[in-house]
Amino acid sequence: MSPAAVKKVRPKYLSLQALLFEIRLPLPGWISILHRISGALLFVAIVWLLWMLDRSLSSEAAFERIRHYASLWPVKLALLVLVWAYCHHFCAGIRFLFLDLDKGIDKATARLTSGIVLAASLLLTAYLGWKLW
Amino acid sequence: MNRVVTGAGYGLTDWLAQRITAAIMAVYSVIVLVVLLSGLPITYAVWKDLFSQGWMRVATLLFMVSLAWHAWVGVRDILMDYIKPDGLRLTLQVFTLLTIAAYLGWTIQILWR
Repeated sequence: MSPAAVKKVRPKYLSLQALLFEIRLPLPGWISILHRISGALLFVAIVWLLWMLDRSLSSEAAFERIRHYASLWPVKLALLVLVWAYCHHFCAGIRFLFLDLDKGIDKATARLTSGIVLAASLLLTAYLGWKLW
Repeated sequence: MNRVVTGAGYGLTDWLAQRITAAIMAVYSVIVLVVLLSGLPITYAVWKDLFSQGWMRVATLLFMVSLAWHAWVGVRDILMDYIKPDGLRLTLQVFTLLTIAAYLGWTIQILWR
């Protein structure tokens, strides 16, 4: 038995410190948890988005008010976060569909496609953010 | 397939529904994006006209029904993973279903007003 194996403390309990600083999620793990977080975020945000759709279609004056509202920077920022959440959920979802078909499940490919998903959703967010404002 | 009787579904329907609804929403998203980025300035008249078209109303309703089913599977998965007390989990699941039903009703109200 190697000395390193002897020194390990077992069992190891998960503390908040361990979760935050000691255990490193691999990139595919980040894609997965971000998929979950973005999905939950979008679900909660539907009420806000539906409210804006409702107002924007109710009358010309209300439409202009929503347009002004959407141009305020905190609102813009929140919308941009939601655009990112949508793009990430979209891209990661397509990756998961391929994983369902047993495509790209070896470690190297899984990491590569995770990087692509992360980059593609950020680029899409930047593009849409630039395009919409 | 070796199945253990659980007295309920096995989750395959939900799993499949989540993927099919995802595909429907993806198609809708691309269509709406193309319409929005087609260069037409989005004024009230353009916006109102878009949502008074029959195909847009039906497509948006299909999107929201897909979203409802998709979100139900997803949120239920999250609740099953993290909320351990049965009573609290059931309460939150019922609350989720009511929220989804309200979202759907409101969508129909917005589209056919």
